Amino acid sequence: MWMRRLLALAVFVLCFVLAWAVPVSAQSGSEADSSQPTVLEDTLRVGFDQFFAGVEITVADQSGASIGRAVTDSQGQWSVAVPVAGTYRVSLDQSTLPDGIGLREGFESIVEVAVLEGASRAVVFAVGEAPKGTPFGDRAAQTVFNGLKFGLIIAMSAIGLSLIYGTTGLVNFAHGELVTFGAVIAWYFNSSWGELNLIVAAIVTMIVCGMLGAGLETGLFRPLRNRRLGIFQLVVVTIGLSLLGRQVIQLFFGAEPLPYTDFQVQERWEFGPWAVTPRELMTVAVIIAILLAMGLMLQWTRFGKATRAVSDNASLAEASGINVNRVVLMVWAIGAALAGLGGVFQGLDTDIDPFLGFQLLLLIFAGVELGGLGTAFGAMAGSLIIGMSTEVSTLWISPELKFVVPLAALILVLLFRPQGLFGIKARVG
Amino acid sequence: MDFDIIFGNAARAAFGPEAVILALAAIGLNVHFGFTGLLNFGQVGFLLLGAYGTSVSVATFGWSLWVGILVGLVLSVALAVALGFPTLRLHAVMFAIVTIAAAEIIRILIGSTDAIGLTGGPLSVSFDAGAFYDLNPYPDGPHDRYGVGTFEFTGQQMWVITVGWVLVALVSLVVFLIVRSPWGRVLKSIREDEDAARSLGKNVFSYKMQALIIGGVIGGLGGVIDAIKTSGADPNGFRPQVTFFAYTALLLGGAATYMGPVLGAILFWFLREWIESFLRQLTAEAWLPDAVADFLSGSEGVISVAMVGLTLVLLMLFRPQGITGNRIEMQLDAR
Repeated sequence: MWMRRLLALAVFVLCFVLAWAVPVSAQSGSEADSSQPTVLEDTLRVGFDQFFAGVEITVADQSGASIGRAVTDSQGQWSVAVPVAGTYRVSLDQSTLPDGIGLREGFESIVEVAVLEGASRAVVFAVGEAPKGTPFGDRAAQTVFNGLKFGLIIAMSAIGLSLIYGTTGLVNFAHGELVTFGAVIAWYFNSSWGELNLIVAAIVTMIVCGMLGAGLETGLFRPLRNRRLGIFQLVVVTIGLSLLGRQVIQLFFGAEPLPYTDFQVQERWEFGPWAVTPRELMTVAVIIAILLAMGLMLQWTRFGKATRAVSDNASLAEASGINVNRVVLMVWAIGAALAGLGGVFQGLDTDIDPFLGFQLLLLIFAGVELGGLGTAFGAMAGSLIIGMSTEVSTLWISPELKFVVPLAALILVLLFRPQGLFGIKARVG
Repeated sequence: MDFDIIFGNAARAAFGPEAVILALAAIGLNVHFGFTGLLNFGQVGFLLLGAYGTSVSVATFGWSLWVGILVGLVLSVALAVALGFPTLRLHAVMFAIVTIAAAEIIRILIGSTDAIGLTGGPLSVSFDAGAFYDLNPYPDGPHDRYGVGTFEFTGQQMWVITVGWVLVALVSLVVFLIVRSPWGRVLKSIREDEDAARSLGKNVFSYKMQALIIGGVIGGLGGVIDAIKTSGADPNGFRPQVTFFAYTALLLGGAATYMGPVLGAILFWFLREWIESFLRQLTAEAWLPDAVADFLSGSEGVISVAMVGLTLVLLMLFRPQGITGNRIEMQLDAR
């Protein structure tokens, strides 16, 4: 037991040290939209809000005869109608791209596409910030820092999931929506209502999310536990809540990405190979402080010991005078508050949309499982490994594929250690 | 408010190709979860491989459609085997999460720009399903319609749904026969108590693997129908929530029953489309306050999916066995 905990702690510390012993700007991706008949079309953009106007695109048939030419509008959109179905050659004039923007590595400026009669076809040019020739060491250092930050966000969001599973056996698929809820509530207080400073908004968000978590426990999950619903039924209830929560958030906040008004544009501070914004430093520092506080609390305080006792054996804990329901209520409140705060930090890093939490949920699960279900320290260590492997993998593979790495790592680890890296071996299957 | 249109839309959705696809996905899940107790949350991965196997074989390699369908089904088997080996020994909840993760890995890989040359990547893939429609016995002129009132299909749609529902009937029959056999009783005993089955000398791992393959191939068939219906495949059509919709259909109709998943799929699409059409008609009404109309318009789809979530919660609270299920059979603890 002690060895495991020590090992988990060692990995946690190692990840932290690595980050400071060894840069990625916003990754770009282009997306396709289509809706009209027999046309070639696309939107030229990076991320969600950077569109490129005035870029020339020409379309030729296979013999090389020109069919049409288009220039992107202010929304980055272009389209060319083609006369008949067939294969066409679409080329992008690279000299018309803005400075500092180019095709991403490994992509061509000429794309051949086949169009069917009456159908529209999107043509994607993978544009992004042109490679600046940063040395590998510097890029590695920056990705490790990004990985640390991402891993810490996952770890903080994962605490609630892990503790709730430990104390009640509930696998909460709606945990991702708690994260999204935190992100949008903070946006609401920050940008829409009251225009609070984001730090104040984040504190309000934690209180709101904590109350929501406590409400879910007392209003829904405690009665369900008392009715002795099976594991499967409970999981399905949380899946239903997840769908419901995501759609309700989309109903009120829309599907378009939302930005916070504070801390958006910041000058990067240079520390050796790192170029870090104060915002990112604050994120890392706050989360490390919270994780340490949670660790100390679980290890030394009365409440922490009671939580661990309930995780170990709820009936025995109850019999020795621990108020199990109160412990579970606190765990829900704290877990939901931390998940909400995780959403705020993730929203600062990317943009806020209704899928923010669900995307994070799989990684949270991966972190929790990698560390071993129900072990708080394992969950922290597992999450850091997941976050780190996600970001560091972008050194070698395309950023679109970065989420494949942690998920594949999860499957591989479970192949050899079904109980997770730091879990206690129990007989399963 | 025109209830003819609302009911017509709902009925068309309930018997259209979407319901066929969902029914096949749910029947596959029923083999996994209902009869064997496997908590497969990655069913959409099987649909994806069925659809992409078919589309890519025809569009990229230029093979015949029938070969493509075979490729799609073989890929589903391959996924079941690849997934089963590392995961069938895991705890139920871990199995659920790993299956979601596997389906997401496949979706991300297939939808990435690196895969454009093979699968079309984010551009989606389209192919000519003419070989299928050449067999269409229904006259398909521009004015040929089949059905009554607002509940009508074109000749091409009729052909897809005829083949689809015949397939659903056949698959249901096969599932009925194999689950009723001694083999099926072993599956149910694994669901009820794995250790007891093992102590009787049954190779639990092998039975689970067989169930995973059979249910996966049925899901793959759903993907094949999807590919034929749309003459292609798009990575965004295979998000994890498709699996959750299949669970909703299964649990609505009744898990561990033979007609449950089919009934559930029909009902799922009927209700979802009914709500969406109803809201669309409602927002056009003059008596509705502008503020409410503005809030609702454009969000009809969002609300109908929210209702799916609510349905899942309420089902589990008040009728976990679904419409036709047996309450005692649904008392199982997934393992």
